[in-house]
Amino acid sequence: MPSNEMKPPIVLQNNGVINPYSFSQAVAVGAYSAMAKIVEEGIPTQDVIDTVKASGLRGRGGAGFPTGLKWSFTAKDEQVYIICNADEGEPGTFKDRMILEGDPHRLIEGMMIAGYAVGATKGYIYIRGEYGLSIERMQYAIDKARAHGVLGDRIFESDFSFDIEIKKGAGAYVCGEETSLIESIEGKRGYPRLKPPYPGAVGLWSKPTVVNNVETLANVPPILLNGVDWFRSYGTEKCPGTKVYSILGHVKKPGLAEAEMGISLKQIIDQYGGGIENDKKFKGALVGGAAGAFVCPDCLDKPMDFDGLQELSAVLGSGAILVFNEDASIVEMLDGILAFFKHESCGQCAPCRGGTLALKSIMGRIRKGNGQPGDLDRMVEVATTMQAMSLCPLGQSVMLPITSALRHFRGEFEALIK
Amino acid sequence: MKELLERYPATTEYMLDILHDIQDAEPKNYLKPEALHAVAEYLSVPLSDVVSTATFYTMYSLKPRGKHIIRFCESPPCQLVGAESLLMILSEYLNVEVGETTEDGEFTLETASCLGVCGVAPAMMIDMEVHGNLTRERIIDAIEAVRGSDA
Repeated sequence: MPSNEMKPPIVLQNNGVINPYSFSQAVAVGAYSAMAKIVEEGIPTQDVIDTVKASGLRGRGGAGFPTGLKWSFTAKDEQVYIICNADEGEPGTFKDRMILEGDPHRLIEGMMIAGYAVGATKGYIYIRGEYGLSIERMQYAIDKARAHGVLGDRIFESDFSFDIEIKKGAGAYVCGEETSLIESIEGKRGYPRLKPPYPGAVGLWSKPTVVNNVETLANVPPILLNGVDWFRSYGTEKCPGTKVYSILGHVKKPGLAEAEMGISLKQIIDQYGGGIENDKKFKGALVGGAAGAFVCPDCLDKPMDFDGLQELSAVLGSGAILVFNEDASIVEMLDGILAFFKHESCGQCAPCRGGTLALKSIMGRIRKGNGQPGDLDRMVEVATTMQAMSLCPLGQSVMLPITSALRHFRGEFEALIK
Repeated sequence: MKELLERYPATTEYMLDILHDIQDAEPKNYLKPEALHAVAEYLSVPLSDVVSTATFYTMYSLKPRGKHIIRFCESPPCQLVGAESLLMILSEYLNVEVGETTEDGEFTLETASCLGVCGVAPAMMIDMEVHGNLTRERIIDAIEAVRGSDA
């Protein structure tokens, strides 16, 4: 369990410190020195993968899959692709935007190292279409990196060549799912693919492809530069490093905070969010976005990391924390979440298409005070079917907000059912 | 049209980019039937492929819209701090329902699942500009500042 002492941030180290349009300022704070070290010392690709494996870095997009393992599963081929998933759409999440807009060269370097490790020469950054400033600043940084010869052919006079192209999304939450994202880059509807095969074997244009989140890739250069022990001095044994949280809702200072993995929800709310506003009482929080879980005051002292939250039947997800005071209505919140899922279901598979409609309709009548006996069990039944039968995590995850809301706040719902 | 298409190589990888650019160049912010035909021809794919993509993503429209697109954020963080009421106020002020365009053709009112600017919730975008910490007054000021200007 990490101490109360605040260590310097890893991911947001340069945010607000450097001018994101300045290549020289980025280099002055160490940009591209990890990549230069790899090339100059001739570190073999397998050693890069082994270092990331040993660091214990886990995917920061939500699922928490070990990054080094993902890289090692990538098939060898003449053409391999790296995709950076910057389709940040989870409600309450804007950490990736801060990296894209605040330290773009860090992300470029992270992608280069990932590309070097898995034998990719081409990378794509898929940025959601609504993030106009992120797209502009990333493109500016890519152009600068090319002009300075750190992107392109024979980087640092080595045999390694790598280039990056930005792909702009067009508004679809489901495209944050890696196979939907791949379909979208190919110019199609963002329908998720059946897995297996996984993208590591059959990905973009049927070639082996690694899809990593922005925050994950931003952790890679400092790991290669400072070493495994340094990275493991942050966080917990099973979840080393930091997490960038967004602390929102009824707190004094809503915003982003990078904290060590494993600190408690109470610490995050008090130390980083400034505590609950207006001296109100803490009622609960929605952790992990719309596809996340409601937690209650009993969870305040539990460690926040991928495993700690799993024990509470919750998830860390994207790191979004929406805090509620005593006045908040969990019924209204769940209704909003189910409206979100109904809107964002892509419609490809029947359990999710029909299930999200049914859930919103049941929830809508409960909220209006017209709930029928058995409605709450009916919602759990629909969500359970969706969890078992849906093709992708979108439909599978609706279960979580529903069951967690009912576990902790069932009385609020029952009060509205005749 | 030809010039817009030829900014990109003629492969489906650039389908989304091409649709974005064509729509952005159209004053009424939508994809005309003849534009969809032109994209299909340029990329050498059936028209159904282009329509399939164009109808999947919320940022594209096949119907004419206003000069300015308002995307009002409906995410839980915005909802928690009063977005629902503010959306009703905006809808009343513009005299349109969500999805409709004002009579003068200036604004189309849309909603978004999350704009990713939760630090300043409640929030909306007018075209690519973010407006946060919304109140009734700020919404009206933002609308009037944009009214009549170019998209």
